[in-house]
Amino acid sequence: MAHEHAHDDAHGHDDHAHGPDKGIMRWIKTTNHKDLGTLYLFFSFTMFFIGGLMSLVIRAELFQPGLQFVDPELFNQFTTMHALVMIFGGVMPGFVGLANWMVPMMIGCSDLALPRVNNWGFWLLPFAFTMLLSTFFLPGGAPAGGWTIYPPLVLQTGNSFPILIFAIHLMGISSITGAINIVVTILNMRAPGMTLLKMPLFVWTWLITAYLLIAVMPVLAGAVTMLLTDKYFGTSFFNAAGGGDPVMFEHIFWFFGHPEVYIMILPAFGIISSIIPTFARKPLFGYASMVYAVASIAFLSFIVWAHHMFTVGIPLAGELFFMFSTMLIAVPTGVKVFNWIATMWGGSMTYETPMLFAIAFVFLFSIGGFSGLSLALAPVDFQYHNTYFVVAHFHYVLVPGAVFSIIAAIYYWIPKWTGRMYNETAGKWHFWLSSIFINVTFFPQHFLGLAGMPRRIPDYAVQFTDFNMVSTVGAFGFFVSQFIFIFNVLACCYGWFGRTRNVSNQVWEGATGLEWSVPSPAPYHTFEDQPLVGDDGMPVHGDAVAAAAH
Amino acid sequence: MAAEPESPEQNSDRRTRRYTTAKLLLVVAGMFGFGFALVPMYNALCQLTNLNGKDKGMLVSSNVQEHEDDSREVTVQFLTTVNGGRVWSFAANQAQIKVHPGKLYTVMFTAKNEEDNAVVGQAVPSVVPWSAARHLHKTECFCFTQQPFAANEEKQMPVRFMLDPDLPRDVNMVTLSYTFFDVTQLAQSVSKPKS
Ligand code: HEM
Ligand SMILES: [Cu+2]
Repeated sequence: MAHEHAHDDAHGHDDHAHGPDKGIMRWIKTTNHKDLGTLYLFFSFTMFFIGGLMSLVIRAELFQPGLQFVDPELFNQFTTMHALVMIFGGVMPGFVGLANWMVPMMIGCSDLALPRVNNWGFWLLPFAFTMLLSTFFLPGGAPAGGWTIYPPLVLQTGNSFPILIFAIHLMGISSITGAINIVVTILNMRAPGMTLLKMPLFVWTWLITAYLLIAVMPVLAGAVTMLLTDKYFGTSFFNAAGGGDPVMFEHIFWFFGHPEVYIMILPAFGIISSIIPTFARKPLFGYASMVYAVASIAFLSFIVWAHHMFTVGIPLAGELFFMFSTMLIAVPTGVKVFNWIATMWGGSMTYETPMLFAIAFVFLFSIGGFSGLSLALAPVDFQYHNTYFVVAHFHYVLVPGAVFSIIAAIYYWIPKWTGRMYNETAGKWHFWLSSIFINVTFFPQHFLGLAGMPRRIPDYAVQFTDFNMVSTVGAFGFFVSQFIFIFNVLACCYGWFGRTRNVSNQVWEGATGLEWSVPSPAPYHTFEDQPLVGDDGMPVHGDAVAAAAH
Repeated sequence: MAAEPESPEQNSDRRTRRYTTAKLLLVVAGMFGFGFALVPMYNALCQLTNLNGKDKGMLVSSNVQEHEDDSREVTVQFLTTVNGGRVWSFAANQAQIKVHPGKLYTVMFTAKNEEDNAVVGQAVPSVVPWSAARHLHKTECFCFTQQPFAANEEKQMPVRFMLDPDLPRDVNMVTLSYTFFDVTQLAQSVSKPKS
């Protein structure tokens, strides 16, 4: 498979120009996986910022009982849009950006298999989100029926409804093209010697995530299309009056929705499985079991969806089936947590910022897993469904889970991307402030939920005031702490504060993998000549370095 | 595009990539279809388990055989809801009756259009407990068809039903609920209610 020169559509531009084009057109026309990875990450950051501002409005309103800043209608718009922006604009593009950057460098190929599709897939996103966000300025405002877009409520959305549906379609197409690209790349373009069971776990988790995306994004597309025809074309898929059933929407939505939550966590598992061995200076404990655990989580994620619907009135047998299948997911998840801890056990650990975030991930994600297990018990869920306990659960898995993993990944790989080391002191500050504030924000929400505070409501009974105040303070603290991160990243990118390009190829003492065999910063084109990968996952002759630099 | 001619190797590489891409696109198309296939699957499953009171047994012709079992008495309650809480006032003339399985009963419902314009209503029935749904048979019901109302019109609407003697022994109370939907807009399009 060794290419002479991969002169195929990997080069949309001039064959022998080995640097990027100049100016804005570089970014618009680029088909380079590193450029697109950067674009995806930049987009994801922007969305995290916008979604974060929305969450601050929500938390400000909830600081005290009564209505302070926004009326209930606007509050509902903010909760709905916050979730849509964070999930589809923040977390998912963030992981796709990391895959763009790292997958080709980890499996030793020059680019993704379909570079132009890659460009197109990315550029759909700014359009989708500009449209979605523009609904705030329409008469009637943005969608306000919750990110789960349940009918009949969502069908009462005004002018923004068709825009919402169209935006979801665009996001879906973007995700599907990205996923196909990644699968084709991983299956067909690995360097010689890079067998499937030698692939880094980040590649494995992304392969499986991509399959999940391919399987469920079209189902979401179908569901929103049915909503559209119900509203405008007189069909009755979900309209009881016409013989349809709104509960059916929930089934279809969660058939997508539960695999979707794993789409948002499997790549994180891959990142953590890359970082922990590096800083424990030990190979990952139980590599094969990690791969099988991810595969079984992905499989199980298709048969648990009704745990989101315990209270809609499903038969007892259904309650039991979905309760036990959900609890079964804890087994492979437990295997992963066990393996991470076993990797650290007896290792010569150092605590650089990526490692700190990775360790926090293991702890805090597990807390989210435990609250998930509590909710998996159908009789318990009858009590806690639609309370802040659920909000606490999914924020624990998503923020100190998915988001921390993205942050950890950036600290871990940014020296490779930019050739400059980030500022470790600032990184540590960022870590401690984030970890403390995220718990201040979300831990009290468990208590609020247990005490019965419902989610998605702008007002609450006075006895909930104290915990809500704590939570709001935490949210603002967390948001402000992220500016440290933004500065740290920009300083690496632009060489602020006298940051020079002085990191070695390997960057981290314990790091292994093909990406650490190329120079730092990674040249615009890497692995045009595919390396031969040895048993240790590194190039055999060391010639890849020369090839990459050429 | 490549300035140099491709080697046969690159050519075949590209062909495998195209092939994998095509296969994955097929999966995408298949899953899009699967989303829609879930609709009939869901309805079939509801029939099977009597979920939501969706049951074929509720639509029988009028030549149903009566074989009364007067050793058993079951309470049937009637619930009425107006979707969105507007348009009609709607209630059963009796809140509940006691019935013997195997005998036909008629209950009248009253609905009044509170609007000053004509509307079309559709009642959607539901039975609990679910195990009773398949044993409730109706020979006549205002829910079988859409109900047109003139402005402010009040209507008396009958339901003629029977619980069959195979009703599980542990069921001694059955609730039949109707939700009235405003389908004035829907009535102009072609869609037909299922039950
Ligand atoms: C051990 C693993 C997990 C279990 C047993 C579990 C269980 C559950 C259950 C039972 C619910 C429904 C609660 C309710 O609405 O009453 C739920 C909600 C949710 N979970 Fe998990 N979960 C797990 C992991 C995850 C992960 C890894 C993620 C995402 C990264 C996640 C994201 C969510 C979200 C977003 C919701 C709320 C959806 C909504 O109603 O808006 N969960 N989980
Ligand atoms: Cu779930």
